[in-house]
Amino acid sequence: MEPKNEALLEIQNLSVSFRMYEHGLEQKDLKVISDLNLTVFPGEIVAIAGSSGSGKSLLASAILGILPDNAALRGHFYYKGRELTEKRQKQLRGTELALVPQSVAYLDPLMKIGAQADGHYRPRLTEKRNSLFERFHLPKHTQRLYPFQLSGGMARRVLVSTALLTDARLIIADEPTPGMSLDQALEALKMFREMADEGRSVILITHDIDLAFEVADRVAVFYAGTTVETAPASDFKAGPRALRHPYSKALWRALPQNGFEPIPGFQPYAGSLPKGCLFAPRCPFKTAQCENQLPPVRRLRGGEVRCYYGS
Amino acid sequence: MKATVRRLFRVFVTHGIKMISLLLAVSAISFVLVSASPVDPVQQYLLGLGTAVSPEQRAEIEDYWGVHQPPAERYFSWLTELLHGNLGESSIYRRPVAEVIGERFLNSLALMLCAWLLSGIIGFALGCVMGMYRSKWPDKLLKKICYILSSVPTFWLGLLLLLVFGVWLRLFPIGFSSPVGVLSRDVTVWQKLYHLILPALTLSLMSFSNIALHTRRKLIDVLSSEYVLFAKARGEGPWTILRRHGLRNILLPALTLQFASFAELFGGSVMAENVFSYPGLGSAVSAAGLQGDVPLLLGITLFSALFVCVGNLIADLLYGVIDPQIQEVGE
Repeated sequence: MEPKNEALLEIQNLSVSFRMYEHGLEQKDLKVISDLNLTVFPGEIVAIAGSSGSGKSLLASAILGILPDNAALRGHFYYKGRELTEKRQKQLRGTELALVPQSVAYLDPLMKIGAQADGHYRPRLTEKRNSLFERFHLPKHTQRLYPFQLSGGMARRVLVSTALLTDARLIIADEPTPGMSLDQALEALKMFREMADEGRSVILITHDIDLAFEVADRVAVFYAGTTVETAPASDFKAGPRALRHPYSKALWRALPQNGFEPIPGFQPYAGSLPKGCLFAPRCPFKTAQCENQLPPVRRLRGGEVRCYYGS
Repeated sequence: MKATVRRLFRVFVTHGIKMISLLLAVSAISFVLVSASPVDPVQQYLLGLGTAVSPEQRAEIEDYWGVHQPPAERYFSWLTELLHGNLGESSIYRRPVAEVIGERFLNSLALMLCAWLLSGIIGFALGCVMGMYRSKWPDKLLKKICYILSSVPTFWLGLLLLLVFGVWLRLFPIGFSSPVGVLSRDVTVWQKLYHLILPALTLSLMSFSNIALHTRRKLIDVLSSEYVLFAKARGEGPWTILRRHGLRNILLPALTLQFASFAELFGGSVMAENVFSYPGLGSAVSAAGLQGDVPLLLGITLFSALFVCVGNLIADLLYGVIDPQIQEVGE
């Protein structure tokens, strides 16, 4: 697959593994993301939906180049058509790439909000910040508060404003909604929609699948460290017939409003991934081929699927 | 502002009560210990007089001092005198204890202050370096040095420095707080400082590793926190992170530790002052102990308890001033 010019970010065959020590000095590589492919176009929201522990947050760190030291990375990133090297990541962090973190724990507990929202770049963006805070209904004295004095909703809006203060083209929002009321969550997602409508791209990492369908343009379903299916959000609203991968279908059926039907088994642990298709051990349609060989990514009806039999 | 004043007032009152009860406990325990010890204050006093005393005269002194009164009564009469500012007379210096402590403490204060600043600054700086270069060679090297220094006894380190810099290299004097053979009124500040360097260095070398290792650990915790990860994601480089987030978050524990180290500082000064024959409180306390000078010993015990308490009080107050989260609770 050639990197396309119009894509803002293209991730090809990304694998992230951790070096762990088991039983003393025995080394073991834990593969937390395996052969992941994802393309993000300008002005769209791509939701990455998956259950907890599927390696979603590490994907954000990998794109920004801030993985822990004991992580090893393989694969390629292309940003605006050019390879996103470590050096470029360093230049673009905080300017063109921005992260909206999960919680107030990502703010320095001993630094006032104003200075923290402005960031370390000079000149300070105080003017821009004031108008942004106003737009987010953050009272003027918010800038003099410390993180522990913020309510959950205020903290969320401050975190989002840190990304909007920059000229970021790509915003990665990591689980922005947990702990929020429905109103707050919808409000937050509306902000992401506005960002996308301004021509920015948003990667929305979430386990809240309903909200992902509502706000995203496309949804990538994440399972055991890889995307099993990428499809327009409308397909997820349409139901299992419009979906391509057996896991996506199972996920749809497991939603409370669609029957609340679980499937047996567990997501495989990063240390003991199956040899072939990662979903094979739980898949009702698996064959010998599925168990021995990882299926390639196929384009199918305007989406992508990693399954031999997806239809 | 008003809330801060109210909070400080409350802290002062609670700590004042704590401090007074602690000092009472220290006075009672040390009085009991001295009473139970084989040291006979009357005998020591008579020895200090240097003249022969008849048994009748001795009995008179014993009566005057209340040796035959019950211990509780003796304790309370001592305590009453203490509260009136009378700490008694030192039997080895033949001067009021308060005066001896005042004079000795000034010498010790200079020594401890130098050592304290030196160990605080060096310890904090080295801790930052170790934290920033975690698991790389500067960290490994400095960590080993810290472990060695914190396990070396003060007096041995003092002797070593004395041997190398005082005896072999002849760079520094081998003892005392001023040159021998110069009248005390002719001694300059520089000469005093010059005599202070080796003992202060000894004292700070033994205490800086503690603060360095604590600062290192705290910095490592801060650097692996979520807010530092976010700072990285926003394009901050390692030194910007140290300046913007690191120092801010590790200064408080380091300061607290530094003020809480008054006890160790005082303990260390006893050793360092003896090695360098430095006329401070530390050498006075060992002299008082060895020669059975009970009034001086009790006086210094109480004074050092007060000193350590004040250090802890400052640490507590600073915490509230610097940490906004604690200010809030007080409001």
